[in-house]
Amino acid sequence: MIVPVSYYLVLGAILFSIGVTGVLLRRNAIMVFMSIELMLNAVNLSFVAMSRALDSLDGQVFVFFVMTVAAAEVAVGLALIVAIFRSLGSADVDDAHVLKG
Amino acid sequence: MSAQFVIFGLLAVTSVATALAMIFSRNAVHGVLFMVGNFAAVALLYVLLGSPFLAAVQILVYAGAIMVLFLFVVMLMGPEPAPLWEHIPGQRPLALLFGLLLAAGLIAAVNVEELTGVPGIMSQEVLERLGQPTALAQTLFERYLLPFEVTSLLLLIGMIGAVVLAKREKHELQAERAPREGGAE
Amino acid sequence: MERFLAQNWTVIQPALFLVFTGLIVLLVDLWLKEEEREWLAYFSLVGFGGAGVIVVRQWLAVRGLETPITGFGGMMVLDTLGLLFQMLFFLVGFLAVLLAPGYLTRRRLQRGEFYALLLFSTAGMSLLAGAQDLIMLFLGIEVLSIPLYILAGFARPRLDSEEASLKYFLLGAFATGFLLYGTALLYGATGTTAFEALRASEAAAAPRENVMFMAGIALLLVGLGFKISMAPFHQWTPDVYEGAPTPVTAFMVAATKAGGMVALIRLLYWGLGPADDVWRPLLGVLAAVTMTWGNVGALLQRNVKRMLAYSSIAHAGYLLIGVLSGGVGFVAVLVYLLIYALTNLGAFGVILLLEDGEREALDIESYRGLARFHPGAALLMSVFLLSLAGFPPTAGFFGKFLLFTAGISAGLTWLVVVAVLNSVLSVFYYARVIVKMYMQEPVETPAFSRSWLVAGALAVAAVGVVLLGLYPTVVVRLITA
Repeated sequence: MIVPVSYYLVLGAILFSIGVTGVLLRRNAIMVFMSIELMLNAVNLSFVAMSRALDSLDGQVFVFFVMTVAAAEVAVGLALIVAIFRSLGSADVDDAHVLKG
Repeated sequence: MSAQFVIFGLLAVTSVATALAMIFSRNAVHGVLFMVGNFAAVALLYVLLGSPFLAAVQILVYAGAIMVLFLFVVMLMGPEPAPLWEHIPGQRPLALLFGLLLAAGLIAAVNVEELTGVPGIMSQEVLERLGQPTALAQTLFERYLLPFEVTSLLLLIGMIGAVVLAKREKHELQAERAPREGGAE
Repeated sequence: MERFLAQNWTVIQPALFLVFTGLIVLLVDLWLKEEEREWLAYFSLVGFGGAGVIVVRQWLAVRGLETPITGFGGMMVLDTLGLLFQMLFFLVGFLAVLLAPGYLTRRRLQRGEFYALLLFSTAGMSLLAGAQDLIMLFLGIEVLSIPLYILAGFARPRLDSEEASLKYFLLGAFATGFLLYGTALLYGATGTTAFEALRASEAAAAPRENVMFMAGIALLLVGLGFKISMAPFHQWTPDVYEGAPTPVTAFMVAATKAGGMVALIRLLYWGLGPADDVWRPLLGVLAAVTMTWGNVGALLQRNVKRMLAYSSIAHAGYLLIGVLSGGVGFVAVLVYLLIYALTNLGAFGVILLLEDGEREALDIESYRGLARFHPGAALLMSVFLLSLAGFPPTAGFFGKFLLFTAGISAGLTWLVVVAVLNSVLSVFYYARVIVKMYMQEPVETPAFSRSWLVAGALAVAAVGVVLLGLYPTVVVRLITA
């Protein structure tokens, strides 16, 4: 490796922190969700860099699993967002935010 | 040596810039596009790390399938859908402060000269001899057979979830049609 | 193919059984009319019962062995601890299925997916109970959680249920991010994700000299803390437990806590055992904060579901004492979780009896004078609440006694003192409901719906709580035999 592994890991840490900030900052469900995807992306980058530096494939296999789980989560998450959108559309908008948080 | 550093620098700056642009973008469509840019930059970093196969998967699955799905939902709902939470006073500065602190802590944790982990046997030479996808597949189906089977269950659950949450039963449709004045979905 | 068959499939036999039951439920559902779907509940009961028989047989076979059986290249282990936890999961699943059909029919939500998801979620817990690798820990938690996200939003198109589901989902996925980053850092610091190798690694032997390793542990604890609603990562709990359909809440309260605890025990003792001087003080402080925060929060609630949600946070704090005590503490954790599951399922069963599809007995005021109308329900509710508060001679007292003695013998006296003070505090809000039921005049006739299944679940829970209170040592002797 010509570029040292720590460069990649620091980049991963920065991207992860940006993702966390996005989750805390945004109030729009889709943007929050995308920030979470950004966090997972940063994790994947760290895994691949470590896998290369350690000469082991375990990290890269982990990336596969993270991607698969992300796909399953996206299916559920987006279906939920659409379902809420439809309920809001057919119900009175004042009913929104039944739950305070 | 310098060429690799330059490419890494460019990709690093691109990925951080698109990530920041994504979390600050007002319009969700722009957000999705920045995210695609971010995924592409990270995919190129995978190439730089000697994993072209993962780079291809990243582009196909993430930038391709998943982000298109996001875009689809954003288009369905309009670019500025209703917020999820009420505004908490001081949320923005607190979130930014927390993000900076977290970044500082994580960078301190990962900025090491050399990883302390015990190295494996899959060096770059071995990988080239075996062929990278072959080596990956072998690891996946030997040591990681059980996790692989479990992910199939996860995908099934994801599918059921989409059906349960989006499908409407007959009686729901009837109940809905009654009070409406002919508004189409 | 030979390799495929050469794996030791027995280690995942209970989980496989549940998954296949779930698949059959999904298939059969296609041919059933809405009013026939209650049969799927009975079929799921068979699934949970069958899985229970499998683990009991495995437990009998494994009990005397010196070295536990492993499978899938060391990914999974078959030992008494994991099997006992699985028995608990399947019991909870069984009782939760009993609570569901009446509620679902009244709300016209009777769909096969409900039972299939319940079965899949329990299969995830069953995998967690034997996990010996960070990847299995991660996937087990996902298989446990994703069905619950869906189930929390099952009462569509009710908006509070959907919003609860979305909140649960987003915070759960957020926590997954932390869990994964922690895993990545541990991988970088040790070069492995297998618990056995982690335990033997240099980093674990001298954790304080390895910043990356310590950060990894911290991030993993954040991720798992979200899942077991440990303070300060518990904020989602009341909202989600309130918004989710009541039978789902009952399952979540009783089962996910147990699933999270077994994950925590596996990770901390099997994976990070040598590094305990890092996580022990951290977790001790968090345990104290968790129980106090939960109890103070519960005092302020007027909604029974929210109150039980905060009380579940407090109980997570008590349970952490057992986790921190190790060894004999695990027995205490198991027995406490059993008692806690029975009491909570019972309490939610009573709540389910007091609703008729339109009115739900969620506000604390709706319990006023309940003893006048339904003395049986009021009596049962009182027994369950007293057990949650830890009054002798109920089972809850005995569970707390076990946990606290384990804590003292492990040198956690300060934490036990905090827990005892907290238990005293908790009496107020549990007793408030009992006072309302027995000493205040009723405002209106409470809603009520008769259901034999719920009655059956209540009977099991009540008998369990009373018997465990009267003959407490029997179960401990059985477990440690």
